[in-house]
Amino acid sequence: MNPNESLVADTKNTWCPGCGNFAIQHAVKFVIEEFEKEGVPRENFVFVTGIGCHAKIADYFNLNSFYSLHGRTIPVASGIKMANPDLKVICFAGDGDLYAEGLEHLIHAAKRNIDITVICHNNRVYGLTTGQYTPTSPYGYRGKSTPGGIHEYPLNIIEMLLGSGATFVARGYSRKIPLLKRIIREAILHPGFAHIDVLQICASFFNMTPQYDEFVYETSEANVSQFDVACRTGQQWNYSDPGPIPLGIFYKTIKPSFPENKEKKVINREEIIRTILSRYS
Amino acid sequence: MNEYSILIGGKAGDGISQAGQIIGSIFSSLGYHVYQYVDYPSLIRGGHNFCIIRAAKEPIFTHRTKVNAIIAFDQQTVDTHLDKLANHGIILFDKDKVKTEGVGISITQIINELQGIPIMGNTAMIAVLFRYLGVPWEHVESVLSRKIPKKIEKNLQIAQAAWKTVTPGLNISPISGETKPFLSGNEWIAIGLLAGGIDAYIAYPMTPSSGVLHFLASVAEETGITVYHPESEIAVILMALGFSYTGKKSAVGTSGGGFCLMTEGLSLAGQAELPIVIIVSQRTGPSTGLPTYTAQSDLMFIRHAGQGEFPRWIAAPANPDEALRLGAEAVQISSQFQIPAFILTDKTFSEGIYTGSSSLPRTEPTTKPGPTFPYNRYADHPDGISPVLSPPYPGESIKVNSYTHDVRGITTEDPQVTRFMVEKRKRKQQVLCEYVDRPENIFIDGDKNATTGIICWGSVRGPVTEAIQTMSVRIISPLILEPFPKKSFLKAMEGVEKIILIEESAMGQLDKILREHGIVPDQQILRYDGRPSAVEELEEQIRRYV
Repeated sequence: MNPNESLVADTKNTWCPGCGNFAIQHAVKFVIEEFEKEGVPRENFVFVTGIGCHAKIADYFNLNSFYSLHGRTIPVASGIKMANPDLKVICFAGDGDLYAEGLEHLIHAAKRNIDITVICHNNRVYGLTTGQYTPTSPYGYRGKSTPGGIHEYPLNIIEMLLGSGATFVARGYSRKIPLLKRIIREAILHPGFAHIDVLQICASFFNMTPQYDEFVYETSEANVSQFDVACRTGQQWNYSDPGPIPLGIFYKTIKPSFPENKEKKVINREEIIRTILSRYS
Repeated sequence: MNEYSILIGGKAGDGISQAGQIIGSIFSSLGYHVYQYVDYPSLIRGGHNFCIIRAAKEPIFTHRTKVNAIIAFDQQTVDTHLDKLANHGIILFDKDKVKTEGVGISITQIINELQGIPIMGNTAMIAVLFRYLGVPWEHVESVLSRKIPKKIEKNLQIAQAAWKTVTPGLNISPISGETKPFLSGNEWIAIGLLAGGIDAYIAYPMTPSSGVLHFLASVAEETGITVYHPESEIAVILMALGFSYTGKKSAVGTSGGGFCLMTEGLSLAGQAELPIVIIVSQRTGPSTGLPTYTAQSDLMFIRHAGQGEFPRWIAAPANPDEALRLGAEAVQISSQFQIPAFILTDKTFSEGIYTGSSSLPRTEPTTKPGPTFPYNRYADHPDGISPVLSPPYPGESIKVNSYTHDVRGITTEDPQVTRFMVEKRKRKQQVLCEYVDRPENIFIDGDKNATTGIICWGSVRGPVTEAIQTMSVRIISPLILEPFPKKSFLKAMEGVEKIILIEESAMGQLDKILREHGIVPDQQILRYDGRPSAVEELEEQIRRYV
């Protein structure tokens, strides 16, 4: 993993042709390379992934990684960050992974403003398990588990994150690479919890390219620290009905983040245990 | 008298448990060994709480059915426990609230006259007890002033006023011996973890394990460890594994219900070969069961939890010294073997309060082979234990993986690599088996030549040891339950012809492990009402078979 070595590993890539994951991988590679040039060593990054197509990114980078469980990127990443606040911890998660089974962790990570970056590969379908609906699939979506079409409206994840106290909320699109690179970079630099919902297509089960290409636009970031503006931007698209889809950083604010970088004390464990025991005598 | 048992009872919120703990501390300061049993229902205010504090000249780890004194803050205490009063026993009671015979003190009146608050009745009653027992005021005062958390002066004033209303009925003697630390089983386990070198303790509150969380949170600052309470037990174990990945020694604690949620994380630890210490304190189940009462019915669950096959270590301490030793060893073993290490305890031990020794366990230095470069997280080694490196490490990527992986940590479906990794973990299991199969992991007591053997584990051993004192019986009790120290156990069983198994479960948990090894108990003494057995109750049951 020396700086001359490619960040992308020589492991066999098994993503489908046309998958949005390639674009996300490319954007991430670019951002890490940029950080490296600025003096952040690559070994300071740790990638934590869930389970699903997105998660293979752990194997595809020559970087520290914890390939965890479905829905469980955030607690693992939180533990790593708490254990060593100097590490830059990035979660890669899928929409089924993060917004279904992982939802409790997501909300609480936003609430505690833990200093990690979450990149959700949101293709709005379960790809690896062959096309079932996810929490952000549109109303009426027909998948193998819902042949009659779902009777649920999708979760507007942007509204939910804003409501949970997230201090950095953004949406990217895998076919708008320069924007995605900028958002990822800013998210990593953000001191606190940063969430990027990345719209990407699933080439095999839910190819939304025509619709996304028609409706996405870059939103103004002029009032990025205003919560009410962020809420309105987030409400422009409800993940179901066709209509303009804003992209960019919706909200960015500074709040006390976690973990606090505490000064390391030299502690004589045995002596302290004896002191504690003496209090109970 | 060689020993004293005191029952103190009142409503939840009266501070019964804390008062009990101060009584225990005063006995401890007189040189006694002390045990405190705490009984309370699952509610915050009202109901009936009681503690039994037993002080003796020898180490004790359980209560007796009869008590020498009852301290009653309410009528229910007298009505419920009068039959437990020994001959010549005495009832000390708040005359303003309770009608009975004995030593009645107008607690409420004393508090009102001195403008105190109701909770100070505790201090008053403690003073009354020790006045009755003939302990000098200066001695009681010195412990009280150290142990009372708030408004010490006012408390002492009230205590002294109450003291003066009573004349001594006994004259107990201090015994030689140092004042021993008096802590709950959970706290002894926590100190064991600290001695073993944990860096982080993550837990979600769950009775009866919360004492570990509360204790470690209270000392986190001075010990430099991280203590954190996240959103669920699922988050707990995964956060702890995040700590493990960075090379920090982490522990978690819960009870059966919380452990249900942890099982996927447990299996991840097995596959990713990440060390973790898991404390499980058993309570009466299944499901929510009796949240504040005891059981030994989760051993099979803990032993088999998680999908797939991977090595694990399970220890069950029965007393403070073992809690210290095994707590420290759990940290060491999990780290050395990169496996989950369990401390399996129960409500009786977790919330029982015990005097123990203040000598800390020696933790063996772990000898680990250093990593080779380029680094492979799952590199092969004859004992199956791969050298560990933690991020950040310049020039190396450190990869752990929940999927079947190759030596680098990259996902694979290759059958040969799969077999190789399974065999690597099997070799580790084998080394672990040999490591635990040592005589010190089997507790033997009683008549060591007796042909009748009693097998028990965990907190039940305390009362069993006392119950058989006049019988020709051998006690054999494993401290490590997984991997089962078979050779050492069979050696300890040599000459035993009749086996009695004593457990707090309905179907037998250790029973199933014993049968795997061809050991079939002749009799089982099982209890499953959530209550621990007193010495006399066990003695009567054991006599039926001896």
